[in-house]
Amino acid sequence: MVINKKTDGTSIVFSVAGRLNTNTAVELETEVKSSIENMTDVTFDLKELEYISSAGLRVLLSVQKIMNKKGKMTIINCNDDIMDIFDVTGFTDILNIE
Amino acid sequence: MNELNIEASVDNLGKVIGFIEEKLETTECKPKTQMQIETAVEELFVNIARYAYAPNTGNATVRVEVIPEPLSVVITFIDNGVPYDPLAKEDPDITLPAEERGIGGLGIYMVKKLTDNITYEYKDGKNILSIVKNL
Repeated sequence: MVINKKTDGTSIVFSVAGRLNTNTAVELETEVKSSIENMTDVTFDLKELEYISSAGLRVLLSVQKIMNKKGKMTIINCNDDIMDIFDVTGFTDILNIE
Repeated sequence: MNELNIEASVDNLGKVIGFIEEKLETTECKPKTQMQIETAVEELFVNIARYAYAPNTGNATVRVEVIPEPLSVVITFIDNGVPYDPLAKEDPDITLPAEERGIGGLGIYMVKKLTDNITYEYKDGKNILSIVKNL
């Protein structure tokens, strides 16, 4: 997994590429949580995300809960296979997917 | 060799996935099917790694069989840990809003949704869990 982040004022975009699994989810959670303290607009660009397991979903859910209190979170460029995973887990209803 | 016996540790997840990938190579299954199989395998192996022997460690056996008719793969997980039937657990409510969503049960729920059949038995001191995925 590779994480790239781009900040603009109180907006931040995380581009997550590769595999978001049990082993890499911790890394993403640490990186995101240490970067969003002063952010009101968080975006995950999943264009190059190939794989997500429940560990990855947990990270997204936990960031969504944080952002619900102080701003917004958006998912962009999600491919069909990842979208299927969001669908079967009901995550399409709780995430803001563009 | 269609069987991998390995220490049930999260650090070995990559090896288990690598083993599954290698076994699926000859089936030429669709990338999406492969991703769904890998997701199910991750959820099940990680469950064994986290809970079967806690706080100690132990081994897990992962067996892969490709069935020609109808073309499908059967993956069986065997461990000697505490008896645990993941199918006995109630499915999480996936209609709840984010604030009320818990984190438990999501993995096994994904396994149920992404595979075509799943069975569990406890026999001779072993947890034996099998998933079937049509290819």
